[in-house]
Amino acid sequence: MPETDFSLASVAPALPEIYLTVMVCVVLMVDVFAGQTRRGLTATFTLLTLAVGAGLTAMYSHVGVRTTLFNGLYVADELAWVLKLFGFLFVAFALLYSRTYLNDRGLLRGEYFVLALTALLGVFVLASANSLLTVYVGVELLALSVYAMVAFDRESGIAAESAMKYFVLGAIASGALLYGMSMIYGLTGTLSIDVLADHLRGEPSLGVILGLVFIVVAVAFKMGAVPFHMWLPDVYHGAPTAVTLFISTAPKLAYFALAFRLLAEGLQGLVQDWSRMLAALAVLTLIVGNLVALAQTNIKRLLAYSTIANVGFIVLGFVAGTPAGYSAALYYTIVYVLTTLGSFGVVVLASRKGFEADELDHYKGLHARDPMLAFMMMMLMFSTAGVPPFVGFWAKLRIIQELWATNHPWLVVIAAAVSVVGAFYYLRVVKLMYFDAPADVPDTERQTGVRFALGLNAVAVLVLGILPGPLLDLCARLIHQ
Amino acid sequence: MNPNVLLAIPLLPLIAAIIAGVFGRQVGRAGAHTVTIAGVAISCALSLYVLKQIYFDGAPTFDAPVYTWLVSDGINIQVGFLVDRLTALMMVVVTFVSLCVHVYTIGYMHDDPGYQRFFSYISLFTFSMLMLVMSNNFMQLFFGWEAVGVVSYLLIGFWYTRPSAIFANMKAFIVNRVGDFGFIVGIAAIVYFTNSLDYKEAFAAAPQLVSQNIVLSHTTSVAALTVICVGLFIGAMGKSAQVPLHVWLPDSMEGPTPISALIHAATMVTAGIFMVARMSPLFEHSETALTFVLVIGATTAFFMGLLGVVNNDIKRVVAYSTLSQLGYMTVALGVSAYSAAIFHLMTHAFFKALLFLAAGSVIIGMHHEQDMRKMGGLAKYMPITAITCWIGALALVGTPFLSGFYSKDVIIEAVGESHRAAATYAYWCVLLGVFVTSLYTFRMLFMTFHGPERFRHAHGHGHAEEQGTAGDPGPGGALAHAPAFATAGAHGHGSAHTSAHAAEVSHAPAHAVHSSGGHGAGAHAHEEHDRSAPHESPAVVTVPLIALAIPSLLIGGLTVSSVVFGDFFGDAIFVLERNDVLGELAHEFHGAIGFALHGFLSLPFWLALAGAATAWLFFLKKPSLANTTARTFGWLRTILVNKYFFDWINENIVAGATRLLGRSLWRGGDAAIIDGAMVNGTAAAMGRLGSLLRHVQSGYLYSYAFWMIIGLAVLLGWFLWR
Amino acid sequence: MITLGHLLALSAVLFAIAVAGVFLNRKNVILLLMCVELLLLAANFNFVAFSRYLGDISGQVFVFFVLTVAAAESAIGLAILVVLFRERRSINVEDLNTLKG
Repeated sequence: MPETDFSLASVAPALPEIYLTVMVCVVLMVDVFAGQTRRGLTATFTLLTLAVGAGLTAMYSHVGVRTTLFNGLYVADELAWVLKLFGFLFVAFALLYSRTYLNDRGLLRGEYFVLALTALLGVFVLASANSLLTVYVGVELLALSVYAMVAFDRESGIAAESAMKYFVLGAIASGALLYGMSMIYGLTGTLSIDVLADHLRGEPSLGVILGLVFIVVAVAFKMGAVPFHMWLPDVYHGAPTAVTLFISTAPKLAYFALAFRLLAEGLQGLVQDWSRMLAALAVLTLIVGNLVALAQTNIKRLLAYSTIANVGFIVLGFVAGTPAGYSAALYYTIVYVLTTLGSFGVVVLASRKGFEADELDHYKGLHARDPMLAFMMMMLMFSTAGVPPFVGFWAKLRIIQELWATNHPWLVVIAAAVSVVGAFYYLRVVKLMYFDAPADVPDTERQTGVRFALGLNAVAVLVLGILPGPLLDLCARLIHQ
Repeated sequence: MNPNVLLAIPLLPLIAAIIAGVFGRQVGRAGAHTVTIAGVAISCALSLYVLKQIYFDGAPTFDAPVYTWLVSDGINIQVGFLVDRLTALMMVVVTFVSLCVHVYTIGYMHDDPGYQRFFSYISLFTFSMLMLVMSNNFMQLFFGWEAVGVVSYLLIGFWYTRPSAIFANMKAFIVNRVGDFGFIVGIAAIVYFTNSLDYKEAFAAAPQLVSQNIVLSHTTSVAALTVICVGLFIGAMGKSAQVPLHVWLPDSMEGPTPISALIHAATMVTAGIFMVARMSPLFEHSETALTFVLVIGATTAFFMGLLGVVNNDIKRVVAYSTLSQLGYMTVALGVSAYSAAIFHLMTHAFFKALLFLAAGSVIIGMHHEQDMRKMGGLAKYMPITAITCWIGALALVGTPFLSGFYSKDVIIEAVGESHRAAATYAYWCVLLGVFVTSLYTFRMLFMTFHGPERFRHAHGHGHAEEQGTAGDPGPGGALAHAPAFATAGAHGHGSAHTSAHAAEVSHAPAHAVHSSGGHGAGAHAHEEHDRSAPHESPAVVTVPLIALAIPSLLIGGLTVSSVVFGDFFGDAIFVLERNDVLGELAHEFHGAIGFALHGFLSLPFWLALAGAATAWLFFLKKPSLANTTARTFGWLRTILVNKYFFDWINENIVAGATRLLGRSLWRGGDAAIIDGAMVNGTAAAMGRLGSLLRHVQSGYLYSYAFWMIIGLAVLLGWFLWR
Repeated sequence: MITLGHLLALSAVLFAIAVAGVFLNRKNVILLLMCVELLLLAANFNFVAFSRYLGDISGQVFVFFVLTVAAAESAIGLAILVVLFRERRSINVEDLNTLKG
């Protein structure tokens, strides 16, 4: 029986989780005392919580030291640290963008912020998972919070419908994950990811492969890879835009961590097998995501299919099966989240009380109505399409480089070809904004602070594209094996 | 040398441009001009410091990448600086002229609503130009090349509500595309043959490139180096407005005057000249390319100068003069006298910027009137402008001791010394060009600053008179009406004078008040906007004029011995032994003063004098003579007024044929085969496939679950039963 | 004698029944929730069986976590169901098709 040490110093590396758990309770209390009339207080307090959390995490940087805690259930390494930092940051921006939107629709309630924080806690648990058990707990903590957020607007039928679909399909995926985990556990006798890696050397048994398939299916579902993607467009479309914005930020980091901890760390011994599975899924994902996006008229659905197409690229990073490939996938994930955060931010800002700017037609002539917003959207769309010098270009380039380096020429060809198809629908948005007659819709949100934040977001997309070095180096450093 | 200093030089104007452009509303007018002027001033000071270090302190050439953006297949895409003496000189010229123009703009654009936008643009231009001249690789050169182009289009179309500005804008854009095509071909050929974008490696490879050929067919092939050099020079022809790609430059005068001085006289249009000088290690090895350069330059130098003689728009006269002077520089390049070309570039930057700004000052004084037929006698009202303009003009025509004399005479003598194939043709072109230069320059001076005053009349009844003169734009056309014009002597400063006051109260002592035709004082009283007489411009305008007049006077004599005949450029410019015409001239060179004294005895001086005399006779003494001459040589005038029919040919034949070809290709090739079958076909197929695939997303929960299970089953089947 | 193989087969059958239930059932959403529970139970069965077989307690600990999460999951599932019923006046799976394409 290993010695259990719960002294403060020994749990210190788990500070972000501890802090966040405490703050969830505090936010709940604040909300109770804020009452019906002062909902803004909870929102402000939550933003403050996130900012302080980011500060604390940034200060407590145990860079380069990998520590395991809680009998090896939890690991604190550089990757986890950076993912948590980005988690705080992205969620803070997401909540900042959506505040007015929620307020206009009577959704600015304390529960929303509590759920956002618990979801973020799930992200953190996943980022630091070092055991199958922790992985499962993290996945469920995140998923359950998000199901509730999707159904948060009780006046919306489509929100409830999409939540129901998400819930049922997500439960199947959880079942598959558990089933796969149980097989792996049974055949290796351990739940620990570190130990697992040692047990899975040499030719795998049939049972292990069976478990692997189930785990890959679950990971593919969470990420939104075809054919396990079908929840994604409906949820993106059905959920209130603020929730869609949230779903497309921090959870994506978590799903990267999920794939990385399970496949690249725990099951690295089976890389031959899962990289072939993922290659097949990635090709399907790229093709379906990009082609179906062409036929969309709703911008939320369009961005959902765009997400699927981008997931294809992230999966391709894993297909490479090398640390450089994973770091490319990590880079792609961060870049994608940054860009999507901005894109949905624009959608949120274009929506007003009683009006959802979710049809593509609502963006016609946006330039004439709100040149700044249109310009930001243009930068974001260019970046997602992979146009240099925006950061999206580097993300795609890194993935393609790694695929080329690991001798997957056909995947390179497919990735490049579908990128061209993808460019079409991103540029179509730009064309609508700049060259079509203005649509007759309400004015966009003009609040200076939010617009400034969104401006920062869009400028970051450009600056990181011109100066890609630091982030690329960071991603390369985080993943070393 | 400290790379941070070098980095600061282009970045300061960029930052200033961003502040003035993005936060223009917040910082206000004063903020915008303060921040941009501060940026450029510091840049200028740092450039001077760099020049001092590199020339006087003997610092070594700086050649290193500063920031690598991308490495692809051994080709670096990076920001890098090559700072040698050539670069340092260009940096000083660019930042100094830019600084003067910045200050001048405060006065010129005073009432313009686009004040901040304008400052943002010119600062952005300074940044782009510096990136261009400081580059050490072709990628950055191309970036700077296009960036200065973009800003120039933005500025030509600055007054975007004027159709003529938009037309000029489009014209500049399209003509430069032609040039850029050649430029890109040249760069692509360099990458193809040397597998590098770096100057250093391209220059090192140049001698080997001489023997390489590009095979066109079984029997014909061209030297690789010739393709590279001609390609690059075609780019230079677009940017530096050489015949036949010159047509955009006169039209670019639609832009505000400060940018005509900065971009279309002093800096951007000389980018082509600079580029060829920078590439001298390449051009030196290609006799064919240099001959091509020589012929184009000589043609531009003479024939474009002639057009200046028949124009009545003061800015356009200066613009044609710029074309002609650019021709001189190109000729110098063509005879391998690169340092003479850069020398002329420098002196020209000063005196031509001065002339433009003086013209701008006249335009301000005349309340935005640009027609010289409505000026005359302005010297009295605008003494500083007149004196500085005279200095610039004398420098331009090549008066001994003034800076223009040195640079121009060196070029002429270098051409005389050269043995290149077309040197004789070029020699005659540049020699006769001197006469022409003198003719149009003095015509401009006389029509603007001297002779009878025509402005008041023209203002009061501008509309009627324009109709009267519009049909007769010949050399003396305006002056034919001159006797009929009278001056209603109103004098005032500023616009506070009411019309009646201005018309009736005459403060101008020496003016007889005539009433002429039906145009009496009473008519003036009805004018809503009768302008007071021209007035001298404010200090922000005249100070830059004086600042530019000083180098126009002195810089040539001070620097000729080191820049042209000394080894100022060191190894920045490469000349083969057999081409070294300046080396030959150096044997006869005995100091700047001796050179100037000798200039009094040389043919160009007498030609210039003859030009001045002709101008005096035709445009001041006996204007009727000009009309007679114009009528006698009607055919010549028609050709000149129509600018050798370049525009007509471009629009009707070149553009027409292009459109025809384009239309047939579009209808037949593009629309039917490429668009129809390939592009739209693919797109339509993709679209259809997408619409088909989206039906898989049926909306039913059980179908979603079903697809998941199918996916699971297929993966299981694939991996368990293989 | 019941071997590990029997137990695994049983859990596989449970899993298959649960999955089949999800896409064969076209009537009631509550049935879906039950299927989901069954799915988790199948996995639990596996864990317990392996835990017993390996003589390792951690599998059974895992089951406790799964049970807890399953409880939370049904709570949220039922909550969504209530919202859905309020909006649509129906809990028929076939009526859940406004979002598609």
